Amino acid sequence: MATAAGTLAHHAESGVWSWLTTVDHKRIGVLYGITAFSFFIWGGVQALLIRTQLAVPNGEVIPATLYNQLFTMHALTMIFLAVMPLGASFSNFLTPLMIGARDVAFPRLNALSFWVFAGGAVILTSSFFFEAPGAGWFNYVPLAGRTYSPGQGIDFYVIGLTVLGLSSLMAALNFAVTIMNMRAPGMTMMRLPVFIWMVLIISFLLILALPPLTVALIELLFDRNYGTNFFNPAEGGDPILWQHLFWIFGHPEVYVLILPAMGIVSEVLPVFSRKPLFGYSAIVFAGMAIAFLGWAVWSHHMFTTGMGAVPRTIFAANTMLIAVPTGVKIFNWLGTMYGGSLRFNTAMSFSVAFIALFTIGGISGVMHASPPVDTQQQDTYFIIAHLHYVLVGGAVTGIFSGIFYWFPKMTGRLLDERLGMTQFWLWFIGVNMTFFPMHYLGLVGMPRRIYTYDNDLGWGFWNMFETVGAFVIAASVLLFVINFFRTMQQEPTASDNPWDAPTLEWATSSPPPEHDFDVIPVVRARDPLWYNRDHNIQAEQPTGEHIHLPPPSYYPLLLAVGVSVLAVGPISHIAFTALGAVIAVYGIWGWALEPTE
Amino acid sequence: MAQAVAHAPAHGTNTGIENRKLLMWLFLGSECLFFGSLIATYMVFKFDVIARGVGPFPHDVMINGVLHHGILDIPTTSASTFVLLMSSLTMVFAVYGAQHARPTLMKLSLLATIVLGLVFLGFQVYEFVTFVHEGLTLSTNLFGATFFLLTGFHGTHVGVGVLYLISMLAASMRRNGLGADAGAHVEIAGLYWHFVDIVWIVIFPLLYLMP
Repeated sequence: MATAAGTLAHHAESGVWSWLTTVDHKRIGVLYGITAFSFFIWGGVQALLIRTQLAVPNGEVIPATLYNQLFTMHALTMIFLAVMPLGASFSNFLTPLMIGARDVAFPRLNALSFWVFAGGAVILTSSFFFEAPGAGWFNYVPLAGRTYSPGQGIDFYVIGLTVLGLSSLMAALNFAVTIMNMRAPGMTMMRLPVFIWMVLIISFLLILALPPLTVALIELLFDRNYGTNFFNPAEGGDPILWQHLFWIFGHPEVYVLILPAMGIVSEVLPVFSRKPLFGYSAIVFAGMAIAFLGWAVWSHHMFTTGMGAVPRTIFAANTMLIAVPTGVKIFNWLGTMYGGSLRFNTAMSFSVAFIALFTIGGISGVMHASPPVDTQQQDTYFIIAHLHYVLVGGAVTGIFSGIFYWFPKMTGRLLDERLGMTQFWLWFIGVNMTFFPMHYLGLVGMPRRIYTYDNDLGWGFWNMFETVGAFVIAASVLLFVINFFRTMQQEPTASDNPWDAPTLEWATSSPPPEHDFDVIPVVRARDPLWYNRDHNIQAEQPTGEHIHLPPPSYYPLLLAVGVSVLAVGPISHIAFTALGAVIAVYGIWGWALEPTE
Repeated sequence: MAQAVAHAPAHGTNTGIENRKLLMWLFLGSECLFFGSLIATYMVFKFDVIARGVGPFPHDVMINGVLHHGILDIPTTSASTFVLLMSSLTMVFAVYGAQHARPTLMKLSLLATIVLGLVFLGFQVYEFVTFVHEGLTLSTNLFGATFFLLTGFHGTHVGVGVLYLISMLAASMRRNGLGADAGAHVEIAGLYWHFVDIVWIVIFPLLYLMP
């Protein structure tokens, strides 16, 4: 589809200022993507340091304190600064395109989400210059309390996560409204692409799951700095309260990480099987069921806290129940491929690998849903194996599939397939080499979060094997980075719909114009472009009518600076809070009075 | 058509609910979980405080035959609760005025809501100062910690609401007031204000009236 010249209110600009003030969902998606991938590499470097320390018994590469900080920051970086924002990158770039809209419901709020995320990321990561948090990503008290963590590390954790939570909340509100309110004519809820369904579901998860975390963080901040005793048993407090509040957030958070990947796979598999998705409504309702049940399982992280037989039974049963909708999804994906004419390119290979690797992680999850089994596996490498199969083998593998699939839409260029397939095989081998032996090591008793181990324990061989695997993963990611830069140097020659895909984002040019669609598409079926192709329906011609786009604004950036400065008050000087509040209020007023027409 | 679909805040949404209003409703859903978690924390420790026997206590309790007087001043807080509930009434008038093109009614009602909100905050400051004088601080016992955190965050929400309404009142003083969207603007502010009041309707019986 040709871009109709002269229909735009504003012409796309380049330069740093245009990126700082952009409210275009595609540019914000790119900002999220580049920032998050940089943090993905940074988190990977932390992982390599951890694996290097563990490669041989009695390793002496990293001292114990730094090791604690590294595994804590590795988890925080990967979860909050890499995988979540990579999902946000896709949802930003794709949501308006896939529902046939010209932007999200609140373009400036969208920019604000990104800049607040950037502020939170800077706060959290800058802790390395002072003292990084070292009590693990779930930060249990009393270890995270003042007595055992006297330094500022935990305060960085509290402030960083609060700010990042604010960013996620704003993004979730924005996307929920966008998907419910901004769909093109004919795009009913049951015609929404599955990826969009997953974005909607995780939006609701975040809207409801973030506040308990915020409250837990505030209570911890007060315990550490203002003399309360919420989590201090010596004064009547209860450390288990932290665990409850954290996991009421933490378990839905797990689905926030995995559901975007499930959405991506549900888009990729039908395209490269040349078949509509098998059991669309079953996949959608299974996604809802997973999200709903995800609220009733948080205590399976706490089976060893002695909560009694009845709660343990209920939480175990609920947890096992989640395997049912998950299994429904897996069989739907297999059913989609069954009898299709399969094209095994890089995007498809990553999606198929997702099914395999995620299933392994899912099955080990059902294993420790059983309290007696969990009691054996708690805090061992078996848990590390499980969560990495789900998050690396699952979420990140799905994200790579999505990158290869949507890259031509995002940049107008197709990533190199030969490098891509090499990357894929290195990734598949590396992930299994690194994480599969962890099952064994966990079952023979290797605890997580130890910075070294003795030679007599006999864990040396598999640890060395895993470390080699971690470097294979690193080589795979390096190949992707090379592929990215090589591809970006080429001319953008990709066609509008290089894969013959059925969803609306492929109806516009690659990359899309600033206003997304010259004419808002009309949706006649669940796979609109296939329906139009099979019924010889041509795209409507643009009328040359004026298309209104929201103008760029620097208020999101200003407000995000205000929020970040306000937030660092408790870890620096209270004057920062006052200054930040002034900037924030000024930003909000300027924002409210700024003309958007 | 393109104009309407590209960026239409007020009309043409799939649900028929305006975008900003839907945003506010979803945000208030999130706020329910926020106050729910704070209230849950209060409930978890409510009876532990008496069991540990370190006062001041919220209500009169007998411990080992000694009567400890409760620190909560129910008559005073009933008065401040009345003030806050009346602010919801004036907020309703403000929304009515905005939606029925009666700007003077709207402005006066907004002003009344702001004043009532400030009076409520004044009561709260007085209460906090009194409690600290009587020996209840964040670190005295878990009643102090949960009480100050829960009512403090509620008060912060009232304060944000007052700022919100002051901004709205100031904006309505401009030449063309709040513009064509005045009804929607004030209604959405009203949603927030009523929510904060409803939270107090939960907190007041739970903290003050239930022994």
